[in-house]
Amino acid sequence: MSRNGPLALIFHTIFVIVMVAPILVVCLVAFTPEGFLSLPTNGFSLRWFRAIANYPEFIHAFWVSLGLGALSSFVALLFAVPAALAIARYRFRGRDALAALFLSPLMIPHVVLGIAFLRFFTSAGLGGSFAALIIAHVIIVFPFALRLTLAAATGMDLSVEMAAVSLGANGWTLFRRVTLPLILPGVISGWALAFIQSFDDLTMTVFLAAPGTETLPVRMFLYIQDNIDPLVTSVSACVIAVTMTALILLDRFYGLDRVLGGKGDTGR
Amino acid sequence: MSAAAEERNARAPWALTAPALMLFVGVLLIPLAMTVMLSFHDWGQYKGIELVFILKNWHEIATDPYYAEMFWRTFRIAILTTLLTALLGAPEAYILNRMSGRWKSFFLLIILGPLLISVVARTLGWALLFGGNNGLVNKLLMSLGVIRSPIPFMFTETGMVVALAHVMMPFMVLSVWAALQRLNPQIENAAMSLGAGPVTIIRRIIMPQIMPGVLSGAIIVFSLSASAFATPAIIGGRRLKVAATLAYDEFLNTLNWPLGAAVATLLLVALVLIVVGSNALIERRYAEVFR
Repeated sequence: MSRNGPLALIFHTIFVIVMVAPILVVCLVAFTPEGFLSLPTNGFSLRWFRAIANYPEFIHAFWVSLGLGALSSFVALLFAVPAALAIARYRFRGRDALAALFLSPLMIPHVVLGIAFLRFFTSAGLGGSFAALIIAHVIIVFPFALRLTLAAATGMDLSVEMAAVSLGANGWTLFRRVTLPLILPGVISGWALAFIQSFDDLTMTVFLAAPGTETLPVRMFLYIQDNIDPLVTSVSACVIAVTMTALILLDRFYGLDRVLGGKGDTGR
Repeated sequence: MSAAAEERNARAPWALTAPALMLFVGVLLIPLAMTVMLSFHDWGQYKGIELVFILKNWHEIATDPYYAEMFWRTFRIAILTTLLTALLGAPEAYILNRMSGRWKSFFLLIILGPLLISVVARTLGWALLFGGNNGLVNKLLMSLGVIRSPIPFMFTETGMVVALAHVMMPFMVLSVWAALQRLNPQIENAAMSLGAGPVTIIRRIIMPQIMPGVLSGAIIVFSLSASAFATPAIIGGRRLKVAATLAYDEFLNTLNWPLGAAVATLLLVALVLIVVGSNALIERRYAEVFR
């Protein structure tokens, strides 16, 4: 294969700079010693990171996001793992339709989902509650949990299971001691990707969150609506740092191209 | 296999998918149906939502030019964003694919990573770069001599398209990347050995083969841009509304839920029609490439 020419490399350099610039500028401005938005020209300062401590709303919102992401991704897997096993192993009538339904939250605009859930949970008397947020997030992260579990289950060697059955393992033992350990990398990556999606969601959550159940992106969005100052950049920098760490771990553990490329992708 | 075992086998997939199916019917299909119903209800400033069947909201959307302009703006922004991502993302994916192993995975991480970073943080970055008239982007473009006077980016469609293209770029790169993985490098070598220059190779060999990837990326980028909320809300401000921000305002500020539901329903239906339609078109045209 031929190498990239100088023109291609110039294009590539500009492309990468443009992709990184907005993220970099948020992180740089976060270190400003000034009281207004500016690139740190008079030295770096951690002033705006310390300032986060004086805004309990942001810290509370961070814990809400963390709990919501962890819990909804876990619940999504409880539903997604059996469904993925069924779709990976059995050829049955309605299989394609079920797969399409389970991946449909990827296609439905989140603003529509937000409206639908707001209407639904308000009439169910759950408006603004943490339970409503969990259920709504289970739906939007389900496709990610399903896809990665499906990829792992599809590639699994079934003769191992048959060996376990011939040695007398019953259903639950078989799942716990053989099937689950074999698909575990896919399940954990599915959880991680689902967690990131839940942690980051703004468009749907902004409809459901009430004071007390505001997630971090919602809190940040509402803050930006009223004022943009260095505080929100330092909060963003923390979010970026957390996501990047998760991303690098995910890449080491499972391979980012596999996570994002969606092998076993039946939806698109 | 005994009859009992066979019957168990036929029931097994349904037993395994039943919990998820019930979840999806109960908390996805029913709420969506309720939203469509809601769009047919009446609403008044003082009486709130009235549970009657009425076409008032749909009539208002169909006749008031405000909504036509807003939907047209939504789709115009989505189309421009899609074009920009295709024009820049496809060559970048091609360049990436020609890099050697370690650099390839490094830059893939750099370019795909933003996909998972909060949209609020990324859009905030653009708001900072745009600034007022003397934002960093304008300063850079003027010092390079690309433009004479500053371009207004904040609170304009230009700014929305630039920021949205950045947010959506990973989807396009990923999609073209997937198409490139299926491409046989020997064909490129064969063309070269037959005397084809680089331009001919790209136009006659590479382009036709990555087109399905570009088009499926375009569908994803278009549908996500048309329903984007955070970026238009932050860059566009309160005045320059798109479908998603209008629905948000009707629900959480004006409290006219039925009208908001009608806007959302229309957006959903329009998107489903466009996506399904263009999917069918692409699959017919590229049936042999998709296999």
